[in-house]
Amino acid sequence: MNFFWAFVVGGLICVVGQIMFDVFRLTPAHTTSILVVSGAVLDGFGLYEPLIDFAGAGASVPITSFGSALVRGAMAEAERHGLVGVITGIFEVTSAGISAAIIFGFLAALIFRPKG
Amino acid sequence: MSKKQKKKLPPVQQEYQAFAKKREPARPVVKNCIRAFLVGGSICLLGQLISTFYMRFFDFNEKTASDPTVATLIFIAVLLTGFGVYDNIAQWAGAGTAIPVTGFANAVSSAAIEHRAEGLVLGVGGNMFKLAGSVIVFGVVSAFVIGIIKVILMGMGG
Repeated sequence: MNFFWAFVVGGLICVVGQIMFDVFRLTPAHTTSILVVSGAVLDGFGLYEPLIDFAGAGASVPITSFGSALVRGAMAEAERHGLVGVITGIFEVTSAGISAAIIFGFLAALIFRPKG
Repeated sequence: MSKKQKKKLPPVQQEYQAFAKKREPARPVVKNCIRAFLVGGSICLLGQLISTFYMRFFDFNEKTASDPTVATLIFIAVLLTGFGVYDNIAQWAGAGTAIPVTGFANAVSSAAIEHRAEGLVLGVGGNMFKLAGSVIVFGVVSAFVIGIIKVILMGMGG
């Protein structure tokens, strides 16, 4: 069942993105930015974590989880250090994604040549 | 084109914009959505498989498994971008490949590869986040605002 809900929820989030592409004529950059902000807002209301519990990777792989993870990191640190923690904690949870993208992206630029 | 830009155009060009808009082929929204659903869902399914793998064979639990999962997906996406395969899939899948974290990895690595010729520092270093930077900027700013609001509401100012 885990796998089924991961597929369905992840697919539905992508459909929302596709509708923003096609119906509202937004660029991919605008779409992903809006989705990240919505993920952050949903997490602010405490709604995103239950979705991850329910759908697993279906909720943690789409870019919305990036926004939610930023808020989660900020709040975890804020509980320990108050207002300052909001700034020091923002990248706490998302470190894996950003570091991996920078490191692999850099290595790829060394190895691969542009196509077409 | 935004309304502000439109107002500045001379009337002939405004007419042309309206004309071009009429001739633009309608986008097959339903078909695109089905494709986005299938591909996006499959990427998340793959993510679920990878995280199950990490939970079973390494010392991760349900909460912590998402970090190595995301890193693995990013690695795969960067590799596919390097071989030029990711863009072919993206042509077909639309938002299905753009919305998952793999789309973020694709934006970072394709910008890095594309600007390699301009040098490592100004090219790769300076342009890596050209496409993906907006996600980080808006994510961080909104997380900051939400964090501040929550801290004030919960009265844990230190």
